[in-house]
Amino acid sequence: MKTKAMRKVLLTLVCTALAIALGACSGDKAAEENTSQITIGIPQDIEDSLDPHKAVAAGTKEVLFNLFEGLVNPDSEGNLYDAVASSHEILEDGKVYRFTLREGVKFHDGSLVTAEDVKYSLEKCADISGGEPLVAAYSAIERVDIVDEKTVDVVLKEPDTDFLPYLTAAIIPASNENPDTNPIGTGPYKYVSRSPQENIVLEKFADYWGTPANIEHVTLQIIANADAIVTSLNGGAVDMFARISQAQAQQVSDDFNVLEGTMNLVQAVYLNNAAAPFDDVRVRQALCYAIDPQGIMDMVSDGKGTQIGSSMFPAFGKYYMEELNDLYATDLERAKQLLAEAGYPDGFSFTLTVPSNYQQHIDTAQVVAEQLKQIGVTADIQLIEWDSWLSDVYTDRNYEATVVGVDASSLTAAALLERFVSTAGNNFINYSNPAYDEAFANAKASVDDAQKTEYYKECERILAEDAANVYIQDLPSFVALNKKYGGYEFYPLYVQDIAKLYLVDGQD
Amino acid sequence: MMRYVAKKLAGLAATVLVVSFLVFAAFAVIPGDPATSMLGTQATPEKVEALREEMGLNDPLPKRFARWAVEFIQGDFGTSYSYQMPVSSMVGEKIPVTLALTLLAFLMMVAMSIPVGIFCARHAGGFLDRAITVLNQVIMAIPPFFSGILITLLFGLILHWFTPGGYISYTQDVWRFLGYMVFPAFAIALPKAAMAVKLLRSSVLSEMKLDYVRTAYSRGNRTKSVLYRHVLKNALIPVVTFLGMALADMVAGSIIIEQVFNIPGLGRILLTSISNRDYPVVQAIIVCIAFLVIFVNFAVDLIYKLVDPRITLD
Repeated sequence: MKTKAMRKVLLTLVCTALAIALGACSGDKAAEENTSQITIGIPQDIEDSLDPHKAVAAGTKEVLFNLFEGLVNPDSEGNLYDAVASSHEILEDGKVYRFTLREGVKFHDGSLVTAEDVKYSLEKCADISGGEPLVAAYSAIERVDIVDEKTVDVVLKEPDTDFLPYLTAAIIPASNENPDTNPIGTGPYKYVSRSPQENIVLEKFADYWGTPANIEHVTLQIIANADAIVTSLNGGAVDMFARISQAQAQQVSDDFNVLEGTMNLVQAVYLNNAAAPFDDVRVRQALCYAIDPQGIMDMVSDGKGTQIGSSMFPAFGKYYMEELNDLYATDLERAKQLLAEAGYPDGFSFTLTVPSNYQQHIDTAQVVAEQLKQIGVTADIQLIEWDSWLSDVYTDRNYEATVVGVDASSLTAAALLERFVSTAGNNFINYSNPAYDEAFANAKASVDDAQKTEYYKECERILAEDAANVYIQDLPSFVALNKKYGGYEFYPLYVQDIAKLYLVDGQD
Repeated sequence: MMRYVAKKLAGLAATVLVVSFLVFAAFAVIPGDPATSMLGTQATPEKVEALREEMGLNDPLPKRFARWAVEFIQGDFGTSYSYQMPVSSMVGEKIPVTLALTLLAFLMMVAMSIPVGIFCARHAGGFLDRAITVLNQVIMAIPPFFSGILITLLFGLILHWFTPGGYISYTQDVWRFLGYMVFPAFAIALPKAAMAVKLLRSSVLSEMKLDYVRTAYSRGNRTKSVLYRHVLKNALIPVVTFLGMALADMVAGSIIIEQVFNIPGLGRILLTSISNRDYPVVQAIIVCIAFLVIFVNFAVDLIYKLVDPRITLD
């Protein structure tokens, strides 16, 4: 009898396992689609905040871009259009920015945007109770005035004609008590739910004031493991993944279009200008002569990418100076000579710190190390966690050199150039040059746009001539998009515009 | 029995205390803190300092640990720094995922290893036994993350039995969730099952050589009944020990497999929380895992008693 009982138990176990396995096969095919939807893979979850004013990570901002809008909003050409405001005027030579609010703009909770909400949002960003305002540039705001219920004035302490790009800060309802967990904005998509490390679900906002989104349901699925990206795409689990590598782009199946753009980053070997030997301009220039950006692009991404010669990338159009790319045409003899003059005839060795989560920077660092061997300089590559990078390199500035990409937080040249002012809190390379500080101050103070541009260009030229960093490239960016969808647009900022995506006709 | 339970509970409390303090201490040593992590590239010394103060990170380590411990005992697991969500709901939402994966893997391991192990022992030296022994060696040598990749390739991309990366939450559809979990569970179960087969086979074979087996045969029993009624019970004791250890090990194994199959379970949350220096979440998960391991040990002890009534727990 006991034998039988034992057998029964075993049989049941085997059957259960089989039943589950079979259930899997049948269940998988039951795809139900009655409304349009898209699953977009993103490499990291939102780990800073759903509050658009507190969000700092580029990966967070690119998601929140679809939920929130400012008084003005950037478009894919890098221009600003009126969003929550229907028009704007710059008065008193740039001291007062007057906004007329658009009629009938609604928040996701159904309430209308009022002048009070605008004042609340801007003041929240300018609030200095945390030591510094949430949006650093907002320290320039003196006050926000409600002129009438449809008109708001932003009054600056000093005239600044270049302040409009900062007024893209999200307008949120003053009544929302938990912006950290319950994001309410005016954008084309509204937040539905999230599950940590799993997904973020968005839904089309039916009462959007402008051109509504095309796709009804959006699931942003977190795929933290880079090796799983291609299988998730090819297996059909996600329909789109932005910023994949060249190698991944080559592996995606024929079901996908691979679109190519740029990442809008300044990738460089950032040098600690306060630490020997990089405190010597000759050493920095020697590195510039020895490192060949084209060679790096050829090795790392099949020659794709855009060379840069200063802290500015091509998407910025009028500020970008292509001529700076040729300032340090590869010249090993000149590099060795400069090293000898600086007192390092036999070269030296230094630690090149690279955040371990960015494969493209690791690849670049490896090529850089090889190229530097030719002039007797040894770069010891040290990989560290992103979080350690933030604290050791970025905040404590305790490093010799690092390879990263720096992005622009707004559509102004200042977003890229302000950090190199000697007193800037985020000047992580410890760059200090009075001529630069002066040029930047002049640019800020200029009212005339042409003159302003000239001063910004001077800043770029100084950075390049001073070899503040070894500038390499604006990285190529590849987007895999299932052929069922169209409408992807590249922006000069780090954002994904989901509202523009649509289902291609003739597909389900 | 009561004394035994009390002893186990005391052990649990001590383990949790030591483990959680070690986690605290480890975070104090490694570079980076939640403030810099939250501010990212917007960090300036003033902002970091203000945020550290706000989050209470400037207090000395023992004070912070005591504050955490007191709240924890009161059932308040705190709020995640990165998600601003209560840790209890965040972790609670993910426990079923990891638990389902682990239990599924465990069931598969048992379902595969016991019949095969007995079969091999009965036919020791036969062709199939030798073939299985060789296969076993190979399977044991393949780590789960690699077999996970092979399984994705074979069942996902070639046979299309499941969608790689197409995890479906249990809150959405339990059956499709389990359907997806079968494959990662299989990857975890394989090497453990191979070990269990090997263990059971040798355990049965060595029991078969003992005197009581000869006696049983001499009483006229047939091979089958001797095997199932007498030998198996004795042979199972070392196997039960192994299964218990394997179950605890599978919890750890699932953390890695979750990465391969893109499953948002405890492991994923644990890893990201470590890199975000999100202490409250890490603490809660570590305590969960410690609890689970101790609970499994407890269960194994009980099963011993069930298999062999001669064993006393005290």
